[in-house]
Amino acid sequence: MAEFTLPANSKVKIGDTHKASGDAKRVRAFKIYRYDPDKGENPRLDTFEVDLDACGPMVLDALIKIKNEIDPSVTFRRSCREGICGSCSMNIDGTNTLACLKPIDEVRGDVKIYPLPHMEVIKDLVPDLSTAYAQLASVEPWLKTKTPPPPTTERLQSIEDREKLDGMWECVLCFSCSTSCPSYWWNGERYLGPAVLLQAYRWIADSRDEYTGERLDDLEDPFRLYRCHTIMNCTKTCPKGLNPAKAIAEIKKMLVMRR
Amino acid sequence: MSGSNRPMSPHLQVYRPQLTSVLSITHRATGVALAVGTIFLVWWLVAAGAGPDYFVYVQGIMGSWLGLLILLGFSWAVFFHLCNGIRHLFWDAGYGFELETAYKSGWATVAGSVVLTAVAWAIGLAG
Repeated sequence: MAEFTLPANSKVKIGDTHKASGDAKRVRAFKIYRYDPDKGENPRLDTFEVDLDACGPMVLDALIKIKNEIDPSVTFRRSCREGICGSCSMNIDGTNTLACLKPIDEVRGDVKIYPLPHMEVIKDLVPDLSTAYAQLASVEPWLKTKTPPPPTTERLQSIEDREKLDGMWECVLCFSCSTSCPSYWWNGERYLGPAVLLQAYRWIADSRDEYTGERLDDLEDPFRLYRCHTIMNCTKTCPKGLNPAKAIAEIKKMLVMRR
Repeated sequence: MSGSNRPMSPHLQVYRPQLTSVLSITHRATGVALAVGTIFLVWWLVAAGAGPDYFVYVQGIMGSWLGLLILLGFSWAVFFHLCNGIRHLFWDAGYGFELETAYKSGWATVAGSVVLTAVAWAIGLAG
C-alpha cells in the first residue's frame, strides 16, 4: 500500500549553515540532504554558501568544492564528471538528473539537493540501489541464443536492425527515471520500473536475440510491466534524453500483437 | 523497507509537480469523481421515475448554486477524462511519446476540456 508521507525516522530536520566568506560576490546557497548512519539521528538539510566565481559551472563542481573546502564528510557518488558513468544521479531542484550535467545557472534560487527519491538512504546523497540492480539482473540483459554461432563470423546485424537499438544502448543506468516514477515509488518491489524495462526492451528489440518470446512471457505480469500508467515522468527526467515510456509502450504493444 | 533503520529519501515532498504527473493524477481523480458523480445522475433519474413531487425536490437541489457547481465540476471531469482518454489511446497504439508531443497533447487536453465544458454549458443554458 502506498504511503504518501515519510516515516518518522525519515522526516528531514533543519541542519547547519556554513556561510561564505565576506569578500565573495556571487554567492549561491546549496541545501544538501545529510544523513549520518552512525549518529542515529533523523536526516537534516544543511546549507552551504558557495562563491560561484570560484566554482565550476555544474552542480557536481559545487558538491566537490563543498567536500574539498567546507565539509569533507559530505558523501555522494561520482566518477566520470561527464554524464557517461551514471554515478552522480540525484534529485536537484525537484527533478532527478546527473549532477555533472546540471548547470548551476539552470536553478533559480537555492540549489536543493536530495538523494534519488523514495529509496533507502545509506548516507547523505547515496541511496541503496541493490533492489534496482537485482531487478536489472532479473531481465537477463545479455544476448541469449538457441542456434549455434556462425563458425567464422560474429552474429551479424543489418544497419536497420542495429538502428532499432538507438536510444536504448545509451542508458547509463543512473536510475533517475525509475526513481522519478510514482508507480515505482508505490510498487518498487514488484514493478520493474522504467530503467529496467528500457533494458528489457533493448534485448527484446535486438534482432540477434533468440529469446524474445520468453522475455515477453517473463514481463507479462500485472506488476512487473503493467504498473506503468504512462505518467511519463521517466522520459521527462532522463538526463540522457532517452525515452523509457516509449520502450515500455512497445513492450505492451508486442504483448497485444502476439496474441 | 528492509529491517534496517535507514531513512527513506523524500519523494512527493520534494519532486517538482510537472505536466506529466499532474495530468496523470488528474486523470485518476476525475475517474473517481465520475464514478461518484454517476451515482448522483442515477439518483436524478430515479427521482424522475418516482413521481413529480420527489423530482421537484431533487431538481431543487441540482438547481441550487451548490448543485450547479457540482454539475459544472462533473461535466469538466467528463470532458477532461474523455480528452485525456483519447491521449491514452494514442499512447496505447505507440504514438505521441516524444516529450514535445506529449506536452502539446497535454496542454491540448487541458484546453479541450475547458472549451468543451464551456460549449456544453452555453448550449445547455441557451436551451
